[in-house]
Amino acid sequence: MDSKLDLLQGTLDLMVLQTLAAMDSLRGYGIARRIEQVSGDAILLNQGTIYASLVRLQQREWISAEWGTSDNNRKAKYYALTRAGRRQLVKEEAYWHRLAGVMEKMLAMSPDRSTTVSPEGEA
Amino acid sequence: MPTLKELQNRARSFANKSAADAELDAELATHLEFAVKENLQRGMTEEEARRQALIRFGGVVQAKEQQRAARGLPWLDVLLQDLRFTLRTLRRDRAFTLVAVLILGLGIGANIAVFSVVNTILLRPLPFPQPQQLVRIPGMGEGGESGNTFTTNATQQFREENHSFARVSGYFAFTGPENAKLTGHGIPLPVTSILVADNFFETLGVAPMLGRLFTPDEYIQHGRPAVLLSNAFWERQFGGNQKIIGQSIDLDGKPVTVIGVLPATFDFGAVFSPGAKVDMFTPFVMADFAEDGNVLALVARLKPGVSVAQAQSEVNRVFPTLQASLKHPEWHAEYHARVIGLKDYVSGKLRRSLIVLWCAVGMILLIVCVNLSNLLLARAAARGKEFAMRSALGAGRGRLLRQLLTESLVLSTAGALLGLAIAFAIVEYLAHQGSIALPLLSSIRIDAAALGWTLLIAIIAAVIFGVAPGLRMSDGNLQNALKDTGSGMSAGRQHNRLRSTLVVGEIALACVLLVGAGLLLWSFARVMDVDLGFEPSHAASISMDYDYGGKAAKRSAIWQEALRRVKAIPGVETAGITDNLPLSRNRGWGIEAKGEGNQSGRASGAFVYVISPGYLQSIGMRLVEGGDIAWDDNSKTQAVVIINQAVARALWPGKDALGRNALVGGNEARVIGIVADVRESSVETAGSTQMYVSGVAPQFDAEGAQLVVRTKLPTKVLAPTVLQTLIQMNPAQPMTEFKPLQLLVDHAVSPRRFFVLMVITFAAFGVILAALGIYGVISYAVTQRTKEIGIRMALGATVGRVQADVLLKTLWMTIGGIAIGTAAALIAAKGIEALLYGTSTTDPETFGGVILLLALVALIAGYLPARRASRIDPMVALRNA
Repeated sequence: MDSKLDLLQGTLDLMVLQTLAAMDSLRGYGIARRIEQVSGDAILLNQGTIYASLVRLQQREWISAEWGTSDNNRKAKYYALTRAGRRQLVKEEAYWHRLAGVMEKMLAMSPDRSTTVSPEGEA
Repeated sequence: MPTLKELQNRARSFANKSAADAELDAELATHLEFAVKENLQRGMTEEEARRQALIRFGGVVQAKEQQRAARGLPWLDVLLQDLRFTLRTLRRDRAFTLVAVLILGLGIGANIAVFSVVNTILLRPLPFPQPQQLVRIPGMGEGGESGNTFTTNATQQFREENHSFARVSGYFAFTGPENAKLTGHGIPLPVTSILVADNFFETLGVAPMLGRLFTPDEYIQHGRPAVLLSNAFWERQFGGNQKIIGQSIDLDGKPVTVIGVLPATFDFGAVFSPGAKVDMFTPFVMADFAEDGNVLALVARLKPGVSVAQAQSEVNRVFPTLQASLKHPEWHAEYHARVIGLKDYVSGKLRRSLIVLWCAVGMILLIVCVNLSNLLLARAAARGKEFAMRSALGAGRGRLLRQLLTESLVLSTAGALLGLAIAFAIVEYLAHQGSIALPLLSSIRIDAAALGWTLLIAIIAAVIFGVAPGLRMSDGNLQNALKDTGSGMSAGRQHNRLRSTLVVGEIALACVLLVGAGLLLWSFARVMDVDLGFEPSHAASISMDYDYGGKAAKRSAIWQEALRRVKAIPGVETAGITDNLPLSRNRGWGIEAKGEGNQSGRASGAFVYVISPGYLQSIGMRLVEGGDIAWDDNSKTQAVVIINQAVARALWPGKDALGRNALVGGNEARVIGIVADVRESSVETAGSTQMYVSGVAPQFDAEGAQLVVRTKLPTKVLAPTVLQTLIQMNPAQPMTEFKPLQLLVDHAVSPRRFFVLMVITFAAFGVILAALGIYGVISYAVTQRTKEIGIRMALGATVGRVQADVLLKTLWMTIGGIAIGTAAALIAAKGIEALLYGTSTTDPETFGGVILLLALVALIAGYLPARRASRIDPMVALRNA
């Protein structure tokens, strides 16, 4: 098995928001599993860390939480995206795409091409 | 950048920790259950399912910690944790905590109190609207108050001609205390009433609390009599009764209408005459004083945008052109005047003293910090193991440093609270000290600025005394720490070196303080030793009321009778009357040599005293030549005058003045006596020109009368009889106080006494702290070296030898401290040169005395542990070490 990816600072919050946007309402366990599944188990995620992220998002009032009963009559906390959370998701998505785009360009820059860039610029 | 909403939410979960924790626990339990269930469905065994679930979850404890950090206020959690721990350790170390808080409390308390004094007198603006526009316009300061005042004509002319001032007003400068009496209610009550020129209160911007201010028709001759009451007098005399407005009261037997009460914030005495209580104000009618020479002290308000310098240049131009009197063109006043900001005028002279005081008290705080630093270092040595342990358990350096700084802050906060209580007591005491002639002192209080200052110095102190031990303790050298607290022989060398350095610094600071205090004390002693020219001890005075109907002959008869009766009282040695006591009011008239033309000297503002025969003897003045005034010196054409040596020198330089004729305020007078110079306005400035004229003569009008009695009896014993005698003669005599003359001297030197007392207290405190520091370090060193000393004694070292060793260490620290301190004191002394009187900044006696005292104190502080060292039983020491 390949070594798993370390999560970048702040990416877990975005993943949680996106998961909730796609799935409506989920338990903490469900969110963790969903992220694992979508990532194809490629990222190193201790499921426990999800709870710090959840409480943080809750306090920023981007997600809401509600106690409910699960299919097998267990009491569980269900999380859902708020309106503010949806707005935030749009923002963060855009930001992430921009960052990813820049990173891609930076990494696409090869050593020999960089020497040819400057004469082109002069012409 | 958390938003406000997020902070609110965080604070909420911080407050509801247990609920949030319970919720989290429940949530995590559910999570694990779901995971186990899913694993079971995949066909794992019960045990494996559980294990896998836990692995996927990661650490449960870490997850909880992370969640807590994300939801609450982690820094506050740490702070509270540190605080709890600090309080626990401090409670355990009760003796240390007590000493530390006490020292800090005294140091911080002194700082707050001095700050309050400085703030009240120097920093806070005067309690008037736009105070920076207010100025005093005194003369050039020659000839006492008369040289600082102007005639009514000059004032009126200046009012019309100036362009710099929005308002010019003033007050009658020659009011003695208790110059009027409130009658009509049994025994007349002596009161102090100030005559103020029109627009006086308007110039200052003082609005009446009740009623109104004076109107123009109260400022004309024979106008409607009106009086404004001071707030304190209104409360005291009329019980704060608002109905007093519009009512009539009897002043000196004449009905006057009370038109208003001034606000409590306006204290005339505090601003214009420190230490004086003023009860009421009456209109100064210009026309009434047109013949009286210089009487008005000018107070003015600059027009907006006009600077003091601009006003000064106009004053320079206009004042020389002012005419002293329209009626007497021969009064050549040749006025010059200064424009001084009112604030500067009030407190300018005190600036240097106050700054010195501020520095002294700052040094005290520094000594306190050094001392505490030392105590903490001693504790650090004892707690080395604890910190090594915590460090080994994973506490980072920052965390340890934070813990130590929390301890410092807790200590300094406790110290600041105690200090506030102490300062509050001091300030309360000062506010009610009428006897200290410092301006504005009655308005001293612990205000917001003082509280801010407290906070500032508490934090600064905590950082100063907490950082050195903190850095040392948290320097992370586990090995050293563990080794150091072991039983090594060279235990804690480093600690000791740092502590010794701190003690040297402490001794140096104490040395500077002591030298400063010593020099100021010497100055004070010299001031008290000054030959005043009169004998204040065994003499007392009382303000005497009499009605002579404007006839000199009747006055003479009343004075004679009063003196005859008072002298008959058993215990009274002699008595006399003057209308003006030394060191109180000052009033000057011109005197010139008669018939000697312009080449002879003249004294423009000689202090003048209208006296009775026998007065000079009663106050203890020495006649150098000639004789006293007699009761029959009442010729209408040829008056007599007694002058002091300064006048004789000015008018007839190099010649014998006795028997010559002079012009005193325009009246011819023969010099019949010469007295030694008297300190007339301040104890510290040598006497200027003074003259004494007969109150029996028709030419000179006495303003009231002070009966001076010389007696060996205590003032209190004699007071009732004297007052009774006066009342028998004159039922209108008010209940004036019979006061020892020493009070006048005390009042005059009270600011200096106040400063000296403060600085000496600080210096004594500094020395005690330094002694404590020495004792602490030496004592600790002895404890640490118990084993070494035990071995040496077992090997045959004598008791004397061991003692000498310990004392030698003390001596080295002391010599170092004194050397640095003396050098610093030489510089500091230059800074206080202006405050010294008759004492050189390098006064060898002071320096020698301070060095001796410090050495003695240091040796005593070192001797106690030395003795303990020499009593160490080698057997016990070796067994226990």
